[in-house]
Amino acid sequence: MGFKTFPGGVHPHDSKEYSKNKPVEILPLPIKVVIPLSQHIGALSKPIVKVGDEVLNGQKIAESSGFVSIPMHASISGKVTGIDKFNHPTGIISMAIEITGDEQDDRIELTDEINYLELPVDEMKNRISEAGICGMGGAGFPTHVKLSPAAEKPIDTIILNGVECEPYLTADYRIMMEQPDDIINGLKIFMKIINAKKGIIGIEANKPDAIKLMKNKLKKESDLEVIGLKLKYPQGAEKQLIYAATNRKVPNKGGLPMDVGVIVQNVGTAIAVYEAVRYKKPLIERVITVSGKIVRNPKNIKARIGTFFSDLLEFCDGTTEDIGKIISGGPMMGFAIPSLETPMTKGCSGLLLFNKKEGHKEDESVCLRCGRCVDVCPMDLVPSLIAHNVKHEDWILVEKFGVMDCMKCGSCSYVCPSHIKLIQWINIGKLKINELQKK
Amino acid sequence: MSDVYAVSAAPHIKQNISVSSVMWQVVLALTPALLVGIFFFGIQSFLLTLYGVVAAIVTEALIQRLRKVPVTISDGSAVVTGILVAFNINSAAPWWLPVIGSVFAIAIGKQIFGGLGFNIFNPALLGRAFLVASWPTLMTAGWKSTTPVALFKSSINGLVNLPSNVPAVVTSATPLGVVKALRDTTQISSDMAETVMNNLTSMDTLQNLFWGNIGGVIGEVSAAALLLGAAYLAWKHIIEWRIPISYIATVFILTYIFGGINGLFSASIMLPFFHIFSGGLILGAFFMATDMVTSPVTKKGRIIFGMGCGILTVVIRLAGGYPEGVSYSILLMNITVPLIDRYTIPRIFGEVRK
Ligand code: SF4
Ligand code: SF4
Repeated sequence: MGFKTFPGGVHPHDSKEYSKNKPVEILPLPIKVVIPLSQHIGALSKPIVKVGDEVLNGQKIAESSGFVSIPMHASISGKVTGIDKFNHPTGIISMAIEITGDEQDDRIELTDEINYLELPVDEMKNRISEAGICGMGGAGFPTHVKLSPAAEKPIDTIILNGVECEPYLTADYRIMMEQPDDIINGLKIFMKIINAKKGIIGIEANKPDAIKLMKNKLKKESDLEVIGLKLKYPQGAEKQLIYAATNRKVPNKGGLPMDVGVIVQNVGTAIAVYEAVRYKKPLIERVITVSGKIVRNPKNIKARIGTFFSDLLEFCDGTTEDIGKIISGGPMMGFAIPSLETPMTKGCSGLLLFNKKEGHKEDESVCLRCGRCVDVCPMDLVPSLIAHNVKHEDWILVEKFGVMDCMKCGSCSYVCPSHIKLIQWINIGKLKINELQKK
Repeated sequence: MSDVYAVSAAPHIKQNISVSSVMWQVVLALTPALLVGIFFFGIQSFLLTLYGVVAAIVTEALIQRLRKVPVTISDGSAVVTGILVAFNINSAAPWWLPVIGSVFAIAIGKQIFGGLGFNIFNPALLGRAFLVASWPTLMTAGWKSTTPVALFKSSINGLVNLPSNVPAVVTSATPLGVVKALRDTTQISSDMAETVMNNLTSMDTLQNLFWGNIGGVIGEVSAAALLLGAAYLAWKHIIEWRIPISYIATVFILTYIFGGINGLFSASIMLPFFHIFSGGLILGAFFMATDMVTSPVTKKGRIIFGMGCGILTVVIRLAGGYPEGVSYSILLMNITVPLIDRYTIPRIFGEVRK
């Protein structure tokens, strides 16, 4: 079978061996959760409960504050004990609702719509937006917004992203192995809503059994297809995945997948959508990989949104060495965070623990002009040149050389022999250009 | 609340590569060629290389001390320069020749510009150019050939009715010098020139050129040994194919078209191979033109750079004053790198053609 791919990219060791053969385990009910009001791209959700209120598992506690926003739900039953600033897995501090559990886990009532595919499209979309679903691969774009493309941009293809190209992470792999039917049902809902003719599930070559399983499941479905993708980072980046699967290039300078007739959704999102449309179940839990060389018992864990990372790590029996770095997400694009007292959000696919040595970074030396960063950049940028011009504060050139098209995949920093922190420079460039554009 | 841990920007993993690992691997890749040099020319080649390397390291350390910047001799880049300078010297040269070459290469070729990363010219080539300009005879004469060079002599001397001055020209030079002399002289009949040419481009000669049975400077003697090192670097992704391949392909095509002595396309298909395997082309294409600092960063730029080197090399070899043109071509192209980079910024993924 020929695997498809995109130009550029890097080959970090995939480090998935720690957790890939560990079936998903369910985390015991946490005693406290913290639900950030910002778990998505867009406006903060608005709290509709106050301190002291009793809440049920699944009860809406914050409402969407605009079209590009989502509601939040309590993920355990108990009492609201705080609406305050808390740590956030992207390293910032953000407003959140703290719920202290009553250990009852009383739930709101769900439905079961057997003929969910017959529901009117508007009702499906409504259920998705009411369930508070946003992209679960990390970017966190509200799903109902993605499913409302402009009328002049017809969509013919839905791609489910099962690539999981970040090293260590195996959560998507596990759900593909354990809940393939739910994923396929989610894909069918997407296609129904969009009226797309074709559905594709993209899976990277290092998950041959997932490819095989999905292929078997889709044997009789002529409009659904599994595409095997080469093992290469960032194969799961939206534009690169679309190119590999359909040979279409999303335009740069803010172009969207819908400009080339495609919508990409994560496999985890597909499950959440299926559960929302069929059962009206809000997004209150997800599967997250807890891994790293020093984690005593790496696991894939189904945990409630808002669970503290410290609870997740405890469930994995802690670490064998002192922790040097905590990363929420994958090692290439994830965030290093200062504390384990940080809640898990809807977009958290991984929690990684590194020892002091693994977390260490070398000092920058001068650019050798070796061109390795150019060779690997999947967006065909010249990262060294952007960094150089950021250092010289030549913002016109920084913009001209495409700083805004960088997707921060980290491939350039990964290969640089001079340890130049290209992304950090590029980030400075991005912020500055944003600032200048606002003026 | 619990401890606060180190935070830093992504990515949190890093390929195991550094400036020094790159440089030391280049040193490793140059070793087979040095061994072959020692095999053919004796321990003298090793000593000359050693002098070059030591001089390069000492110069770098001294200047960095004076400039009050960190001393970076352990990164291996001075070692690479020292080896490359010595590789351009013939094994009969006096000990001070590689020393002066290396001092010049490091001081003027590299440190004056601000050190590694800022130099415009390939330091080793600048060192060589300085030596050729200052001691032209030492750099070209004193030629020590391996025995089979007699091959040329006998084949040429065997020819009857040669004007007396011709064999002198022909036999004293490198194989490339012979070709040059044949093209330039009008004193040999075309039949005769062709015979010599055929001899030069025979399978035998080519094999000798390839394996290293031909006279030359220390590092150029065996194309096979150089290619072995180059293959290692390519496998390790330290050099990239675009520059060497476009360079060599350009030389191949141009010498095939223009290289013959009876006008366009008069060369045998063997002639391009002769040009590729003789002189410093293999060394230049894989180890000098690919010098990271002094070649373009863009992919398209690297192809243009390689083609430019190829064109200049062929022009110098066929029409210029020197039989050999690799180092001057690369030095000339070094100057154009900023320009090339500027006009070959790639189109961004998804950018729409305007
Ligand atoms: S410049 Fe941006 S898109 Fe290109 S490799 Fe670096 S991080 Fe990735
Ligand atoms: S990889 Fe690093 S050293 Fe090489 S060109 Fe890019 S920034 Fe410069």
